[in-house]
Amino acid sequence: MTPVVHRVVARTRETDDVVTLCLEPVDGPRMDFLPGQFNMLSAFGVGEVAISLSGAPRDVGPLRHSVRDVGAVSRALCQIEVGGVVGVRGPFGTDWRVTPREETRSVDHRDTVVVAGGIGLAPLRGAVCELVATLPEGGGRVFVLVGAREPSQIVFGEDLAAWARAGATVLVSVDRPSSLWHGHVGLVTTLLADAGFNPANTRALLCGPEIMMRFTARALVDMGVNPLAVLVSLERNMQCGLGWCGHCQLGSLLLCRDGPVVPYAGIVSGLMNERER
Amino acid sequence: MITSLAQIVRQHPFTVGLDDEYVALIEGCAHNVAFAPGDLLCREGESADTFYLLRRGHASIQVHAPGRAPIVIETVGPGSVVGWSWLVAPYRWTFDAQAKEPVGAVAVDGACLRQKTLVDPALGYALLSRVTAELLARLQATRMRLLDLYGGPGEH
Repeated sequence: MTPVVHRVVARTRETDDVVTLCLEPVDGPRMDFLPGQFNMLSAFGVGEVAISLSGAPRDVGPLRHSVRDVGAVSRALCQIEVGGVVGVRGPFGTDWRVTPREETRSVDHRDTVVVAGGIGLAPLRGAVCELVATLPEGGGRVFVLVGAREPSQIVFGEDLAAWARAGATVLVSVDRPSSLWHGHVGLVTTLLADAGFNPANTRALLCGPEIMMRFTARALVDMGVNPLAVLVSLERNMQCGLGWCGHCQLGSLLLCRDGPVVPYAGIVSGLMNERER
Repeated sequence: MITSLAQIVRQHPFTVGLDDEYVALIEGCAHNVAFAPGDLLCREGESADTFYLLRRGHASIQVHAPGRAPIVIETVGPGSVVGWSWLVAPYRWTFDAQAKEPVGAVAVDGACLRQKTLVDPALGYALLSRVTAELLARLQATRMRLLDLYGGPGEH
């Protein structure tokens, strides 16, 4: 699958190491995608890396990818200025299942708890936009719980405020407060008890460091959330995006094809606790 | 509707599953308290003869530092327990707890409760089990924060 050349039409610095790139194809229509899916982005001459789509399908306009500068390729992507080009292959993988399917178009009335750690909010952003958009249609309540190392590392601050205004419950916690921070301090899981969702009628979408997701998933299940209703986004070494190369294998799963979004229940719960040898 | 102190104590997560007899013993050492934003529930170094079952509002567990704002270690909210120094000699607070917003709580006289546990060690065991569960949860959360998870592993 050949990369399609896209041009950077806007660029936003979210934090000191996270940049959001807005991309439009140089030629042809914008791709369709679902929240939770990812693209393989190429920084030409440097390499290719898997980056989740952070936009919402219902948004018109460019594709959004929020990139954290953690290595050679992501650094090169973060440094591309408006007008520069990147290669895009995708979209790949599974989604958060929040977009009403064409055949039913029915709104989900369950509570949805979205738990994000750090840049983990990026793959969830599109899902939250979709969920919040269904609130006026009678969609279930939306709870967005965000954990960050410190206040300056909180991404999408404007979105968090907009979601709260639209009726979602938005709670943010940091590990290390600054002297100007007046919000919650502590692990993101400590927000669960305060949130006010009904565990018996809740689905949960988790994305962040895998240890955080493991502990959050356990806490949710302990509260009474059905493990089948807990989805996690797992990441391994995504390379081909098509399930051919096997670099992203996790047990019987090829995460670029069977993931990144997978149910916590069953095999994944075991694999998340499996020690790699 | 007026809720009795007994009902309030009974409904708090700290007493879930506790025998009615023991809940009554706790209630006998308890009273309702309210704190305005900025009030200290407890102060580092002072005698720790009370613990609080939070009912509403949030409080910061924090430590003061010279020349700067207090350093907040964590935020606790409704359903939490503030204070376990009343259980262990020398019964002295090791941190401050400050109300971030209007806080409603049940204050339990730890010295009173300690006396009752001397008479009934099973009550002591039941209380210690609950405090230990709270301690364990806080310790695990602290360990997780020490891992600095959000730093991430980087690119593959």
